[in-house]
Amino acid sequence: MSTQATAYPLPADWRDFFALTKPRVMSLVIFTGLCGLLAAPESIHPVLAFTAILCIAVGAGGAAALNQWWEADLDAGMKRTAGRPLPAGRMDRTSARDFGVALSVGSVLLMGLAIGWLAAGILALSIIYYAVIYTIWLKPRTPQNIVIGGGAGAFPPLIGWIAATGEITAMPVILFAIIFFWTPPHFWALALFVKSDYAKVGIPMMPVVAGEKATRQQILLYALLLLPLSLLPWWIGDAGSVYGICAGVLSVVFLLLSLRVGLRQRHGEGDTMKPEKQLFAYSVLYLFALFAALVADHWLVVQGIAA
Amino acid sequence: MIDSNEPEAERKRIQRSRNRVLAALLIGFCILVYFISIAKMS
Repeated sequence: MSTQATAYPLPADWRDFFALTKPRVMSLVIFTGLCGLLAAPESIHPVLAFTAILCIAVGAGGAAALNQWWEADLDAGMKRTAGRPLPAGRMDRTSARDFGVALSVGSVLLMGLAIGWLAAGILALSIIYYAVIYTIWLKPRTPQNIVIGGGAGAFPPLIGWIAATGEITAMPVILFAIIFFWTPPHFWALALFVKSDYAKVGIPMMPVVAGEKATRQQILLYALLLLPLSLLPWWIGDAGSVYGICAGVLSVVFLLLSLRVGLRQRHGEGDTMKPEKQLFAYSVLYLFALFAALVADHWLVVQGIAA
Repeated sequence: MIDSNEPEAERKRIQRSRNRVLAALLIGFCILVYFISIAKMS
């Protein structure tokens, strides 16, 4: 691994350290982690709940810092990422690595001591999964990297649920699976209409390696799998009818939009790619709405308003 | 003419802002540990 970042005489600003944690990605991590915690059948003290979410967020930040430490050379070769603290030369690599390790170890220790070692263990696993298995090992080797990367984003609700209950049951595993199967159509829809530099730096993304047609077919396949999967919490009785109805409607719309993308072809360079853009925008709304419905349903059941 | 002290002043400014953020985080962490210990006891 070579170092491309130029030596910079000034120390890195705290804002650069903050940017290293990918704050925008962290907002989704916090939301899904919080939903997992709030939808769990048991509740914990608000201070401990806050600590659990903080640990999930800090752990995700640590993994993101380690990701950027490893990919500094690749980031320098892509327009979208060239302005990040490492490729822009505003920070040295050792600082980024140490910062990532400190956040990762600190978040796992705090989770273990304050919440429980099962939640801490899963948090550690999620960090290793993203920073080592995904970033270092599989991302540069397989066009299925987005599918594998989806696993990293799927951990927060699982950890949130375990933090509240202290055990792994079917429900948090289903929440994990929902995000896992949601990720490929979400990212591939984006990859179809955004011209990426990934090919330039040798990362095998699906639309580049397998072609647009195969990508569209895979989007449809994952959307098909997502429909029954999203209904599973209601089917096994861990979520009520409010969630069931919301999940059914949301997933059918997701499938219809995916169907439109899956069955069409690009009409030349002038194609506006409107169906792909609509699917991407809807996929973001879908995940937020699905998890919000899960929490709302749990609250309504607890209050005795819904069954 | 370029002021030769400019990089040094910038270095000190960055270092000061980093120290402030670090101090705020440490204080926040101490408060959190205090409330965690209270929550664990209740």
